[in-house]
Amino acid sequence: MKQPSFSFLSRILAPLRAAYESLPPSVRRWTMPVLLVIFFIVALFSPAFINLYWQQVLIYVGINIILAASLNLVNGYMGEFSVGHAGFMAVGAYVASILTVWVFPRWGWGEYIPYLFPVALLVGGLAAGLTGLVIAFPSFRTRGDYLAIVTLAWNMIVKSVLENIDAIGGPRGFMGMQKLTSVAWVYVWVVITIYLLRNLVYSNFGRGTLSIREDEIASSLVSVDTRKVKITVFVVAAFFAGIAGGLFAHIIQFINPRSFSILKSTDVLVMVYLGGIGSLGGSILGATVYTVLLELLRPLQVWRWVVGPLLLVLLMIFRPRGIMGMQEWRFLVPREERVETLAALMERIRRKGEAVAAPAPVGGSSD
Amino acid sequence: MPVLQIRGLTHYFGGLRAVHDFNLDLEPGELVGIIGPNGAGKTTVFNLITGVYRPTEGEILFNGHNLVGKRSDQIVSLGIARTFQTIRLFKNLSVLDNVRIARFARMSYGVPAAMFRLPKYVREEAQTRERALELLDLMGLSEQATWVASSLPYGLQRRLEIARALATEPRLLLLDEPAAGMNPGEIAELMDLIQWIRRRFDLTIILIEHQMRVVMGICERIKVLDFGETIAEGTPAEIQNNPRVIEAYLGEEAVA
Ligand SMILES: Nc1ncnc2c1ncn2[C@@H]1O[C@H](COP(=O)(O)OP(=O)(O)OP(=O)(O)O)[C@@H](O)[C@H]1O
Ligand SMILES: [Mg+2]
Repeated sequence: MKQPSFSFLSRILAPLRAAYESLPPSVRRWTMPVLLVIFFIVALFSPAFINLYWQQVLIYVGINIILAASLNLVNGYMGEFSVGHAGFMAVGAYVASILTVWVFPRWGWGEYIPYLFPVALLVGGLAAGLTGLVIAFPSFRTRGDYLAIVTLAWNMIVKSVLENIDAIGGPRGFMGMQKLTSVAWVYVWVVITIYLLRNLVYSNFGRGTLSIREDEIASSLVSVDTRKVKITVFVVAAFFAGIAGGLFAHIIQFINPRSFSILKSTDVLVMVYLGGIGSLGGSILGATVYTVLLELLRPLQVWRWVVGPLLLVLLMIFRPRGIMGMQEWRFLVPREERVETLAALMERIRRKGEAVAAPAPVGGSSD
Repeated sequence: MPVLQIRGLTHYFGGLRAVHDFNLDLEPGELVGIIGPNGAGKTTVFNLITGVYRPTEGEILFNGHNLVGKRSDQIVSLGIARTFQTIRLFKNLSVLDNVRIARFARMSYGVPAAMFRLPKYVREEAQTRERALELLDLMGLSEQATWVASSLPYGLQRRLEIARALATEPRLLLLDEPAAGMNPGEIAELMDLIQWIRRRFDLTIILIEHQMRVVMGICERIKVLDFGETIAEGTPAEIQNNPRVIEAYLGEEAVA
């Protein structure tokens, strides 16, 4: 990323930004909701004016945002190294598909399937979360780093198990899903995911997660139950990967075990580390840039598969924190956690503060 | 009744006996110093109390709770907090976040409550935010609340580490060489601070120090370790004149 191009962009946008900042706070408050509503209206009618191919790209971008943001929780915020995210995606994809293709029709709910789609996705997510729990338990039992190996094995096991269950198509795959995933639907889930993850990240639980990455021993010595945090975070990430898997299955309408190979997991890793660790905005950015990049590289055919791993290695060496590592877009920071809100609160507390404070540092605070 | 009772505490690292038959009865409100040359086993004692290592032998009772075999976070929740010989802040997080994380075990909302911003979560987070800022204000760190921890000058990082320990609401505070790397002026200020927090938060304190003269001024009682053995115990005056202590320190001075 060249710096000049960024500053060029921000110079163009400067007047727009100034105009925005001059608006009263009561109006600014509504910017994000209004933008979202407009976005969804556009998305809802997008089939009328965006061609099928670009709709599909938009949907993939959305699915990848969910995958990257959830993996970022484990790899970015918590600092562990999970490499099997596609395994959880597979669980979600197969469970949701089995529900919409077999279970719901058999129960006589065939005509309600479009309305039951969210239920199928949630069940898929829960199933993925459950497998996440099964994996998290042994991996986080002891200190030390087994997670990369365990998740690698997990990803390969899922693939070969799916290949060996003939009832769901084995290596040939599973089909018969309706095309239930639309641009609007995907982005509803994207917004839900980002909102829920943002709330988690800015809670004390989220800060506990960050402290594990910073210094695990110090973390447990300030009362963080590190094992509980690790397991919970891992399960939450697996849940959202499962949701993404269900969405994925109902856009391509045909899934096979190869769709969820380690290569898919690698793609998600690239998005996380490209966009930036410890940043939801980074994951949105990383997923968007990388998904579009892969589409543009389609003519490369098989060579396309070299791009992901290569990019991952280069990122790890030259920019391990990614484009916006540890930084966040302003609109993703809850109002009460923004720097100016905290500063104002501090000011209020300082004024009513006790007269007897600790002996002041010698060369410390500058008044 | 003693707050902390340590009996026959012994720890081996492989073949190395780092601590041998360490005993301590700590009365409420006491300030006890542990001194000794490099590698004497001082830090290891703290690591054993706080569950970083499991002792090879011995027992540790804190207000009637047996600490041996408990996880560190459980021990901290019972009311023991500590600082580290080499500063271990969460460097990339803000000063405020460093302190708030130390209230982790005090939060009672679950993960779903956080994700859906349920009232309980909003209430507890608001409370934690205020309590943490109040503590920072009290500790003279209010101006730096939103700074990244690593950007603080060294002395203030030490101070923040103490603030973070206090945020867990301890009854017993373990300070591991808090004066390390400080100049005489800073050390004097630190000693004032320790005595101040001791009164303000009604604490029992164990203070590890490498330099003898630092603890002499503020500790009521001092234990001296050398090669894992307790070689002396008593008031500062008694320690200063103890031949074994002088020998241990002279031996070290000769090497240094
Ligand atoms: N994790 C470990 N593994 C192996 N040996 C260790 C470990 N931690 C400490 N030791 C050894 O145990 C002995 C006691 O170490 P400890 O850190 O407790 O000393 P100390 O009194 O704190 O010294 P200092 O004044 O240098 O901090 C030393 O010989 C040290 O090398
Ligand atoms: Mg030490």
